[in-house]
Amino acid sequence: MKKRFFPFLALAAILALPFCALSGCGAKDSPNTLTVLNYGKYMEPEVLEMFEEETGIKVEYEEYVTPENMYTKYRAGAIDYDLICTSDYMVGKLIQEGQVLEMDFTKIPLSENLDPAYFEFSQSFDPENKYAMPYFFGTVGILYNKQMVDESKVDSWNILWDEDYSGQIIMADSVRDSFMVAEKILGYSLNTTDEKELKEAQDLLIQQKPLVYSYLVDEAQDEMIAENAAMAVVYSGEAGYALEFNENLAFSVPKEGSNMWIDSWFIPKTAKHIENAEKFLNFLCREDVSMLNFDYVYYATPNVKTKASLDPEIQESATIFPPTEILENCEVLKPLDDVSNTNLSILWKEVKSAD
Amino acid sequence: MRNLKRQLLAGPYLLWMAGFVLLPVGVILYYAITTTSGQFTMFNITSITASVHLKALLLSLKLALACTIICLALSYPLAMILNKIKGKKSSLVVFIFILPMWMNFMLRILAWKMLLSNNGVINTVLGYFGLPGLDVLNTPSAVVFCMVYDFLPFMILPIYNAMTRIEKDIIEAAKDLGAGSVTIFFKIILPLTMSGVISGIIMVFVPALTSFAISDLLGGGKVLLIGNVIEQAFMQEYNWNLGSGLSLVLMVFVIASMALMNSHGEEGSAGIC
Repeated sequence: MKKRFFPFLALAAILALPFCALSGCGAKDSPNTLTVLNYGKYMEPEVLEMFEEETGIKVEYEEYVTPENMYTKYRAGAIDYDLICTSDYMVGKLIQEGQVLEMDFTKIPLSENLDPAYFEFSQSFDPENKYAMPYFFGTVGILYNKQMVDESKVDSWNILWDEDYSGQIIMADSVRDSFMVAEKILGYSLNTTDEKELKEAQDLLIQQKPLVYSYLVDEAQDEMIAENAAMAVVYSGEAGYALEFNENLAFSVPKEGSNMWIDSWFIPKTAKHIENAEKFLNFLCREDVSMLNFDYVYYATPNVKTKASLDPEIQESATIFPPTEILENCEVLKPLDDVSNTNLSILWKEVKSAD
Repeated sequence: MRNLKRQLLAGPYLLWMAGFVLLPVGVILYYAITTTSGQFTMFNITSITASVHLKALLLSLKLALACTIICLALSYPLAMILNKIKGKKSSLVVFIFILPMWMNFMLRILAWKMLLSNNGVINTVLGYFGLPGLDVLNTPSAVVFCMVYDFLPFMILPIYNAMTRIEKDIIEAAKDLGAGSVTIFFKIILPLTMSGVISGIIMVFVPALTSFAISDLLGGGKVLLIGNVIEQAFMQEYNWNLGSGLSLVLMVFVIASMALMNSHGEEGSAGIC
């Protein structure tokens, strides 16, 4: 029997290894570290070096792809994160689950550089602005090719149902973004949980499917740059990036309204170095640091000082900085309850498997 | 003493099996029969009967079957031709067939995506000659095409192996006794290569049934296979329980198809595995 025991012991040791390496066994209680979790390519690497140099705090920096991936990673609990950046509705979900610590904004004095308007927008998922600090924001709209599309029609989501563009339309391969488009055409809220309204939106999406070239998320911009399709539903940030590579492209946020997204920082319950996290947030709000990040990410920044020091041309670019009248017509995604989430994902699978 | 040493040699393999086969299957089983809050349920497994899941499973079976039949139809004559080629040439030809497998299969799928896209090489060339464009990308046909492309070597090699093992004497003896080439094919070559055919079918059908990356990339999100449903449950819905339940059902299908095949081909094992 003893012999049998051996493999399992060794196995346990092997399985424990990666966890040990990740959480840094031994150096666990070192006060001078900070563990940050952020979207991929969402911060200028130089910023981290500057922070380490100025404060002597060592930053452990980790990245993820989608908010759902982040949730899985955080919930797995292998690493104690001190600071996480993610999208609006996911921050809201974690607030509801009691996973977020209140933020002490008096310790982040430079947060006054941020436009209060975006804190107001954040209230849809953080009602009292107690938990989240905005980082970048933007909208969802139609990225189109001026030579392939009738520009007088791109001011409405209805163009995505126009049979003239059959096989040239790229839809978002994400439940909420695709439903948002249909819900806005029908004049419903993008946070609706009404089964009848969702069903109507689904019918619309099924009706559209034969015209769709493909459902994509990140690859949509590449397909548009390569001119494989006439239009695509994308985030404004992605559109700004695509415009740099192909001058035939343009971006429009339809008049029916759209989704405004705000990626925000929050301090999770697992945080061991709250003070360092606050220092880091303050650092991110500093004008020069915020500028470095803007140049790298190229999404709309809520930092007033940074925006004011940009070229007027960039400040006025409606693709990067959505004008106020467009934002007022937009809604921020809220987290849905579990029942609605399940309902929605079944509806979405039915769209994807429809003929 | 020697016995003990031999058992120790199996140690790494046992470890591997325990850590990367048994443990994950155990975890999947646990998730499959519990709810998100940890209570016992059969819902995750029975939810395969939900119309959308059933539809995805049927489509997967259909595409996997189509892929297997096409592979078989292409591979058998090819294996016979390969078998006729003698000496150095034959190893060169076999080498050419294995060559694409040196490159990661995801890269090869991405290459096909580029070739087949609206503005891709194939459509540009067709357009140059004034021919109508090819609208195959983002359809089930593209998915089957790429599955065939990817899995073809797994069909050719076992059949070819089985063929090279047929003794020339047997065929000569049959000829001496007056058998025509049709009789020789059906009475000797086909039965003796059956084991190769069966392992080929398993090696093509199983990955085709469970694939999700090919349908994701070449189906443009419009072809929902059961593999995609499972991937979505894990990655997008954070519903590991549902994903595990459906995986379990899929495993049953895989095991059943293997058992079915094995029961027909017990005499002699062939193949490259």
